[in-house]
Amino acid sequence: MRNYLFELKEGLLISLRAIRANKIRSVLTTLGIIIGVASVVLMSTAIKGIDQAFQTGVASLGSDNLYIDKWAWFNNDIPWWELRNRKNLQMEHYKKYKDMAKLPLAVAPTSWTQQTIKFQDKSVEFVFVQGTTDEYIRTTNLTFDDGRFFNELESNGGRNVAVIGSEIAKKLFPNGGGFNEYIKIKGNKFKIIGVLSEQGSWVMGNFNPDNQVFIPIENVFKSFSNESFSSITINVRAPNSQMVADVKEEAIGIMRRVRGLKYDQPDDFSINQQEGLLTNINQTIGVIEAAGLVITGLALIVGAIGIMNIMFVSVKERTKEIGIRKAIGAKKRTILVQFITESAIICLIGGMIGLGIAVIGSMIIAQFDFPSTVEIDAVILAVGISLITGVLSGFAPAYTAAKMDPVDALRYE
Amino acid sequence: MNIITIEHIAKIYQVGSEEVHALRDVSLTIDKNEYVAIMGPSGSGKSTLMNMLGCLDTPTRGLYNFKNNSVSDMNDNDLASIRNREIGFVFQTFNLLPRSNALHNVELPLIYAGVNSADRKERAIAALENVGLGDRMYHKPNELSGGQRQRVAVARALVTNPAIILADEPTGNLDSKTGEDIMTLFNHIYELGNTIIVVTHEEYIAEHAARIIRLRDGLVEKDEVVRHRYVPNGIAGAVKQEGN
Repeated sequence: MRNYLFELKEGLLISLRAIRANKIRSVLTTLGIIIGVASVVLMSTAIKGIDQAFQTGVASLGSDNLYIDKWAWFNNDIPWWELRNRKNLQMEHYKKYKDMAKLPLAVAPTSWTQQTIKFQDKSVEFVFVQGTTDEYIRTTNLTFDDGRFFNELESNGGRNVAVIGSEIAKKLFPNGGGFNEYIKIKGNKFKIIGVLSEQGSWVMGNFNPDNQVFIPIENVFKSFSNESFSSITINVRAPNSQMVADVKEEAIGIMRRVRGLKYDQPDDFSINQQEGLLTNINQTIGVIEAAGLVITGLALIVGAIGIMNIMFVSVKERTKEIGIRKAIGAKKRTILVQFITESAIICLIGGMIGLGIAVIGSMIIAQFDFPSTVEIDAVILAVGISLITGVLSGFAPAYTAAKMDPVDALRYE
Repeated sequence: MNIITIEHIAKIYQVGSEEVHALRDVSLTIDKNEYVAIMGPSGSGKSTLMNMLGCLDTPTRGLYNFKNNSVSDMNDNDLASIRNREIGFVFQTFNLLPRSNALHNVELPLIYAGVNSADRKERAIAALENVGLGDRMYHKPNELSGGQRQRVAVARALVTNPAIILADEPTGNLDSKTGEDIMTLFNHIYELGNTIIVVTHEEYIAEHAARIIRLRDGLVEKDEVVRHRYVPNGIAGAVKQEGN
């Protein structure tokens, strides 16, 4: 063992000497590995960033929530036309459910409409305007920069009040403020009684509360969409995550009664959960991940082939040196270790440079609001990949060197 | 004491479909502190014999005992370690590592012998000083003259205290004056009690030795003691005189 460590150490020194002696070639050789490692690290960092963004985004929905809806969010069993043919979910269903349900912490109907929001000469188009009741706030974890959510009185009275998300606030009031100002939604004036602090993440798009405006649901039906043609979603929050299953069970029972279903009729509503969203997202990310790693893996393979090529050339070129070393007592294993170490070190240096480039790259990407930081596991990944690549691509050339006949090698010019 | 005993060895190479008998049947013994020259025209098998003696190659037939170990039965690893510990090579073309300085070149056999770096350096410096290159240790081969390069090679051969020094045309790439210096150095090494085998085709080089083995067509033609050995005067170059 001691002997082996000694050989490894000497192999390391000899390799460093050889690399220093062939600087330009070594740099060119590492280029492939630099690109390979940089892309693998960047890719894995990016994927992780996307994943995190989704997770936080989804978490902002709350894990204790159920969404009773005409539509199934993630569904592979029921044909879509069947879903379409279901009766709309309406306010009367919500009211009956709310009266009968004992378990939920809070229940709120939501109905959305897409509108342009105006403040003086500024406007934001295609904003998700959610109509809901005062209880909605208790089904979420929303926090405020300014003001509050609308209360029962405002909600039931259908007052022209609005709560706006942080992104909307930024766009309409770039210099801050907004609280107590009046915005126009399709010509109707609404008083801003609350400005949300930043909530979710960009990946959620319009479902991110940051991009939404909340108004009393009565106003939606009064001004924007006909109640009888739109289907609402009932947001239900369970008191805690252990109770989610019970709340769901109760909801199914009540909803079947509310909808007047006979025992042999299937449910004409769906109870959706954040969990379904997560599974869906994880699948998508899995696909992105696999595709990304295959592509960057190809870059690495090209790099590895480059290294192998150069190592073969290097072995050929140094045939005489190998002969000399063998003549004065280098064993097969010694030569093998020497060349594998050399290739591993070249790759490792390339990997380090690639990692450096990836770190800089991710800093640049982070400038564009894309979550991206190189963490310790990316460093380990880079080191591991480059070492393995080096050893694997160095093996064949090193073996060629090790099994050379000393007499022939010495005679080689 | 016999260092080398070979009995009826033969070496046959396969060149295409033809068999080439480089050595047909050679037997000889070499004792400790002998100074032997192996001579012969090209094609006589002297290079093959040298490779055999140097454990770079194994015979097709016959016995080779080195210090009572049978070389014929050894695997590559054993051969490598015999070469490392027991044989010091000096080549016609010096065969130094071109990108390493003199000191590292001399240290190399000690690296393969597993000597730690402090001892290694000390021994390599001593070996270089012995051949008069104490002031050229950090020069690379291309910064040294031919004679100096060959001295580095001699220092490298001596640094492991080998049982034999095996020199293949050591003066072949040197002018006669420098060549003579190297032969003077060999004489000095011989007088210190080392065993030297020189392969050469030049009569005047062979006459430095105490015994000449002449080969022809893969057979020993003549094995004779040199009556009037040529002993160079004085000490070559800056060679340090040693007490023992």
